[in-house]
Amino acid sequence: MGELNSSSSEIDLDRPNIEEYLPPDSIKEFHEKLRLRDLLDISPALTEAAGAIVDDSFTRCFKSNPPEPWNWNIYLFPLWCFGLVVRYGILFPVRVLVLTIGWIVFLSSFIPVHFLMNGKDERKKKIERYLVELMCSFFVASWTGVVKYHGPRPSMRPKQVFVANHTSMIDFIILEQMTPFAVIMQKHPGWVGLLQSTILESVGCIWFNRSEAKDREIVAKKLRDHIQEVDNNPLLIFPEGTCVNNHYTVMFKKGAFELGCTVCPIAIKYNRIFVDAFWNSRKQSFTMHLLCLMTSWAVVCDVWYLEPQNLRPGETAIEFAERVRDIISVRAGIRKVPWDGYLKYSRPSPKLTERKQQIFAESVLRRLEEK
Amino acid sequence: MGSTYSMLTQYDIEEVQEYCNNLFSQQEIVSLYERFCQLDRNSKGFISSDEILSVPEFAMNPLSHRLLKMVDGLNFKDFVAFLSAFSSKANIRQKIELIFKVYDLDGNGKVTFSDVLEVLRDLTGSFMSEEQREEVLSHLLKEAGYAKTSSLLLDDFIKILDYPCLRMEVEIPVD
Repeated sequence: MGELNSSSSEIDLDRPNIEEYLPPDSIKEFHEKLRLRDLLDISPALTEAAGAIVDDSFTRCFKSNPPEPWNWNIYLFPLWCFGLVVRYGILFPVRVLVLTIGWIVFLSSFIPVHFLMNGKDERKKKIERYLVELMCSFFVASWTGVVKYHGPRPSMRPKQVFVANHTSMIDFIILEQMTPFAVIMQKHPGWVGLLQSTILESVGCIWFNRSEAKDREIVAKKLRDHIQEVDNNPLLIFPEGTCVNNHYTVMFKKGAFELGCTVCPIAIKYNRIFVDAFWNSRKQSFTMHLLCLMTSWAVVCDVWYLEPQNLRPGETAIEFAERVRDIISVRAGIRKVPWDGYLKYSRPSPKLTERKQQIFAESVLRRLEEK
Repeated sequence: MGSTYSMLTQYDIEEVQEYCNNLFSQQEIVSLYERFCQLDRNSKGFISSDEILSVPEFAMNPLSHRLLKMVDGLNFKDFVAFLSAFSSKANIRQKIELIFKVYDLDGNGKVTFSDVLEVLRDLTGSFMSEEQREEVLSHLLKEAGYAKTSSLLLDDFIKILDYPCLRMEVEIPVD
């Protein structure tokens, strides 16, 4: 797997199948003589640009979709007010209490075990993992999480990774309360970062940094090293690389699919009637997001553990990633879009523009030949 | 907390509709406002280049730089006015006027040979040489009866571009 190989497949990943999604009139196939108006007529490019300004499938993926307000008449409004009182006045304090108890129980057990027990002791790992699972259950209880798990529970085997669609960091908590996964995450600032570096280390954690260009190779190596170890926790990866609003999936990064091991897909779908679980990191901090969840009625979701997949002969890592994305999207009932999630943070590759330029230039030169 | 489009009053909608010469329906204007608020992330009241470029489909358009100069800093009324040329109700003259404006960025009413070359450069990139571009353009201008040194005016554009196949329409998604 040489360097050249990965850079050419990187081009493929950057290049979505736009032709499937955009109107076909931009590719006119006339074999007529070239006239002045054909050169001056920029209406196809302008139409595409205006179309993108008015609506585009990428921005739609990151749009928050709060539940429909239903307090719109004289009967429902007092009912809604009453609900508000219950949620903020009764449920919220109870949940805060539950969470506080959870933290106390967790920290009073975790800290002694972590610092006093011998690092080599097998039981230390087991206890720490159990405690993390317990803490996650407390978290889930603090939003009255109603999670329905479908499918066989993941087994602890080496040479396998788990992939799931990503809506919010609570995805990890919901999955972690059932099975101790190791996770790969973006390092966050603040109290979340503190949690990441202390507690999550015990279940196994790999860090990445989106903003660093060379990061990909470093992370790929870390991933490979992790799955080789027999008693590491199974690795959970969110190949989208960013939170998406649970109505769409963006393209999966191929990193998880070229490790030479089995990939077990997990599909997560939140029920929007109760709360919009999408963490719109542009709009709110994680703390605000948690508070929003804790003041809603419940977080209801379905988790499907799907059939493990292997790379088929002749399939590239990207095709494998798309195939698994298809499986997850179909199961969760959400739509696929051909965009790289990292476009949230950076501009599209100039190769996409060059492709359009190439099409136009070739058509002009070709029609020039026609007499 | 959430969408700010509830702030658009009936009076506002009618004002915007008048401003764009009734080329959009009231429903379309409401949809456009929702979209405008989505793009204008910090609710400044106008959209900046950065925010428009965050739409990948726009950023990869070869004419994005030219269009950015026209769209940068627009408030909602001007945003709608800009898009009105793409309405199905707009006549061909209004559409050609917009095309002319894209060529004539400095707004002096004249499109010179080098203006057209600039646009052609955006559209073809490195897939045509500068000589090829100049050659094709000179040849076609001559054929159509224009001198290379003369500038094209709006009326010339209308004469050249007014043909039935000119399609420049965008549908505004309405809930």
